[in-house]
Amino acid sequence: MSAPYLADGLPIPLATELDRPFWDGLRQERLLLQRCRACHRFQWGPEWICHRCQNFDLAYIEVPPEGRIYSYQRVWHPVHPALRTQGPYLIALIEIPHADNVRMVGNLLGDPRQAVAIGAEVEGVFEQHAEAEPPFALLQWQLV
Amino acid sequence: MSQRTLRGRSAVIGIGETTYYKRGESPHAEFKLALEAVVKACEDAGIAPRDIDGFASFSNDRSDPSQLAAALGCRELRYANMQWGGGGGGGSAAIGNAAMAIACGSAECVVVFRALAQGQHWRFGLGPQANGVSGNAAHTVPYGLMSPAQMFAMKVMRFMHEHGVRQEALRAIALASYHHAQSNPRAVMYGRPLDEARYDASRWITEPFHLYDCCLENDGAAAMILVSAERAKDFKHEPCYVLAAVAGSQYRAGAGVHNTPDYASASFKTVAPRLYAMAGMGPSDVDVLQCYENFSGGVLMSIVEHGFCTPAECNDYFTLDNLTAPDGDLPLNTSGGNLAECYMHGLGLNIEAVRQVRGTSTAQVPRVEVSMVASGPMVTPVSSCIFGSEATI
Repeated sequence: MSAPYLADGLPIPLATELDRPFWDGLRQERLLLQRCRACHRFQWGPEWICHRCQNFDLAYIEVPPEGRIYSYQRVWHPVHPALRTQGPYLIALIEIPHADNVRMVGNLLGDPRQAVAIGAEVEGVFEQHAEAEPPFALLQWQLV
Repeated sequence: MSQRTLRGRSAVIGIGETTYYKRGESPHAEFKLALEAVVKACEDAGIAPRDIDGFASFSNDRSDPSQLAAALGCRELRYANMQWGGGGGGGSAAIGNAAMAIACGSAECVVVFRALAQGQHWRFGLGPQANGVSGNAAHTVPYGLMSPAQMFAMKVMRFMHEHGVRQEALRAIALASYHHAQSNPRAVMYGRPLDEARYDASRWITEPFHLYDCCLENDGAAAMILVSAERAKDFKHEPCYVLAAVAGSQYRAGAGVHNTPDYASASFKTVAPRLYAMAGMGPSDVDVLQCYENFSGGVLMSIVEHGFCTPAECNDYFTLDNLTAPDGDLPLNTSGGNLAECYMHGLGLNIEAVRQVRGTSTAQVPRVEVSMVASGPMVTPVSSCIFGSEATI
């Protein structure tokens, strides 16, 4: 398994009642996003109610981890002690066409100094943190 | 039945500011800074602190109105209000809330204030130091997205991408603030000019923001006192009337994890039309603008959304000449603003807007009748206000 994109020591994600299926899905290398059982539309981040039809009956549905870059930033200034020796890194905002174009935040893998093209197609890479307590996985992205 | 508007119903009669310190360098506790700013605003107005009967702040101000009223010997507390929302989006909204309380007869004399001592309390520019995060933060922080600059950079990047806006447009905003700060001895960056080469050579914080695109972090406090238009003429200064003050944001601006539908926005698209409707004027009537700079790119989008130029015109409109007093088409952030005067969560911008109406700015625009403030781009809710001279009433 390849090393995590970012240095160890950042705050780790803690699942809640609202988003536990998503985090469990990532550990199983599956992307599960929230969809309304009434109007069948996806939404993200996780919400307690369907923001379109106000139905409370929401499901987590598997979608292919494929997307395109909606926006990005190249971070240079570390704001967390764990990132002091990280150097620049790329955060990307990824649109998910298979899920009504909801957007997800992740890192864009590869050379952190690469030129980034908004609109470029990307695929998901599951980054396992099995040794963490509790264990978790992140969803990262690489150019197709 | 009176018209449902705040236009001309109240006026600013006093403004006060403490010395502005670099973050963590205030020798005084935050609460003492708040008291000092309020007392200075009272002195400026020629009113006794005990005559204040209302307090309005924003952004989780820690100085409790009941304790302030007790310390200031206020005879009666009638109004204690704080605008929801983080960051500086509440600066003009707090003025609107004060104006509403006065217009409705809920209070007679309301002080709008903001106090910050980041040495005593938490620093804004740092990420969370906890071991774990949950909720929406769990979907951003583990990817290294945690500071205010990082929360907004991708909105600006998207806007620049959609409209072909060049880095030079952001640079012009930073240069204008620093230019104006050089004539303002109160400014933290007074005596520290900025030019194009220095901006270009400055380090990136996060692209598209250079160091000089990011606001300062400061300790201090600011306050302004409002009374009804009827009473406003009884004080030391010519009244600075509130012509409009509105707050809000567009559909699902608060959607989590960067999913607001209109992403590349400063959140003013629904606010600005209501602002102008209340004031009974449009952008061409505005003589000078103070526009909250958490980050320069937010200023760019705020100015577009308030109708001063179109997205396609940004590269031509955002030039140092156009944005500087006294001759620019849109003199911007004439005290130095959050980039170069002080970051008092933007309330310093509102105070500068009042100074422009009074004619006492250190970068005065000639014959200011209409002075506008846009508070808090890219957060929700945001707010804007328009002040006017006697001639606008």
